[in-house]
Amino acid sequence: MSQAVLPTSVTEAVPARQIDWVAHIVLGLGVLLFALPVWLVLAGSTQDSGAITRGDLSLLPSLDLSAYPRVLTHGTMGTEPVWHMLLVSGGMALAIAGGKIVISVLSAYAVVFFRFPFRRTAFWLIFITLMLPVEVRIIPTYAVMSDFGLINSFTGLSVPLIASATATLLFRQVFVAIPDELVEAARMDGAGPLRFLRDILIPVSAANIAALFVILFVYGWNQYLWPLLVATDPGLDTIVIGIVKMIGVETQTDWSAVMATAVLALLPPVLVVVLMQRWFVAGLTEGEK
Amino acid sequence: MERRTIFEGWFLPAVLVLPQLLLTAFFFLWPAGEAVWSSLTRQDPFGLGSTFVGLDNFSDLFSDPLYVDSIIRTLVFCAAVSMLAMSIALLLAVFADHEIRGRAIYRTLLIWPYAIAPVISAVLWLFILNPQVGLLGRWLNAHGVPWDYTINGGQALLMVIAASAWKQVSYNFIFFLAGLQSIPRAVTEAARMDGAKGWHRFRTITFPLLAPTTFFLLVVNLVYAAFDTFGTIYALTRGGPGKATETLVIKVYRDGVVNLDLGSSSAQSVVLMVGVIALTAIQFRFIGRRTNA
Repeated sequence: MSQAVLPTSVTEAVPARQIDWVAHIVLGLGVLLFALPVWLVLAGSTQDSGAITRGDLSLLPSLDLSAYPRVLTHGTMGTEPVWHMLLVSGGMALAIAGGKIVISVLSAYAVVFFRFPFRRTAFWLIFITLMLPVEVRIIPTYAVMSDFGLINSFTGLSVPLIASATATLLFRQVFVAIPDELVEAARMDGAGPLRFLRDILIPVSAANIAALFVILFVYGWNQYLWPLLVATDPGLDTIVIGIVKMIGVETQTDWSAVMATAVLALLPPVLVVVLMQRWFVAGLTEGEK
Repeated sequence: MERRTIFEGWFLPAVLVLPQLLLTAFFFLWPAGEAVWSSLTRQDPFGLGSTFVGLDNFSDLFSDPLYVDSIIRTLVFCAAVSMLAMSIALLLAVFADHEIRGRAIYRTLLIWPYAIAPVISAVLWLFILNPQVGLLGRWLNAHGVPWDYTINGGQALLMVIAASAWKQVSYNFIFFLAGLQSIPRAVTEAARMDGAKGWHRFRTITFPLLAPTTFFLLVVNLVYAAFDTFGTIYALTRGGPGKATETLVIKVYRDGVVNLDLGSSSAQSVVLMVGVIALTAIQFRFIGRRTNA
């Protein structure tokens, strides 16, 4: 993404720099719109559950962090410990992101750099999956999963989500733009197709891979309907599934535990996005989703 | 579009493309085919066999007022979420594009919510709007506004709209900002020289130039609101109270997984599939044109 920099001549044309109050106020309100709900949960996680139930949730945090070790090691009534749910979520997100990247790089490479029978058919079959999100084929997918014996397994949780039209399309776009000279030079040096893939193509696409990793990690971590559908075993509860279970208890909800869990659930994907922001933003807007 | 230099052979590429194709076949095409097939059949009451009934499931579906209501509700919900999420994002992006101090920090602080799961946004909004524990919900009740989304359908709909739109603002912000930055400075500067003032300049120059981004985002937001909000709605209201927040995806889940009505659920799946195909086709036709331009 090009960071549009104002040419100096134009800057000078603007009279004496004043502070742009309107912009600061609008953006400040925008920042608050997102930060406040999270702050509320952060503050609430340090307060007494009984007090919150009575309606005394406050924006002022206390220094009591005991809810965190409590949920991490024990969860709440009827849920797994949060450390375990974080582990399942992390494993699932990594498996989905890694798996999608690997098989999409391979299939995009095959489609772009080779001519083989039914190449176009293969490409279109992959493309079609874009139009078939889980939400529109809930029941039949469940049936297929149980035919394969994949209900209540980590494989069932992750592998079916690994097929990716989006990633394949993105890599195809990147690979088509690789200059012919680079390919010819590699061939001149005696590099076979697999060497070329490993030593040239993948390093050249590293920034795209990093960007896609962020998008796919967040996608995997945030899944709800899929794990709800294929895993009823509490041992496979992701953190997102777990927190819905926690708020689903009608009476005596342990609110500070819910809030601590919410904080722990949003931290990993937020960190990934913030730390890899530069690649992520460029990758997202270049690839159009 | 096509490369000049390619590698020889067909065996290696076939092996490379195979994993993707197998996953696609087993977990996408097969279930989709099954959905189409069972939407055209009806199971006997004992689940022992099924008979072909043509389009009966579809005519039943569309003559069911509950389904028609759900379609209308989904359309209202999608329109509200998209409008809200896009207009707030556009407003923020316009100001984040100003040359102001600290704009990199503002950007980071407006981009991070992209990472929040729909379900987690629902949990965050619970603590704002819940009538007993929520900050705002409690305040409303204490000040004479009866607020309880667990019994008031309209309030429930408002709440899921707010939580769903809130989560999508960051995504839209990223794209609007990228769109604004790709507008040549010379264009806006020229308008400034001609004396076009802020709002007028935005309406006549900036907004029309943003049209491709806006259109792309509109499609993405509609798809998001229709499909990706399952978690938000399910966590907050389960589609209730009554059917006040039952969108098409919630309904397909309830009828299929909870009520085990396979024929109707499959027909609903096929209707949704047609919807996604239409939206995707529009989106790609449009993007195709843009990249060729």
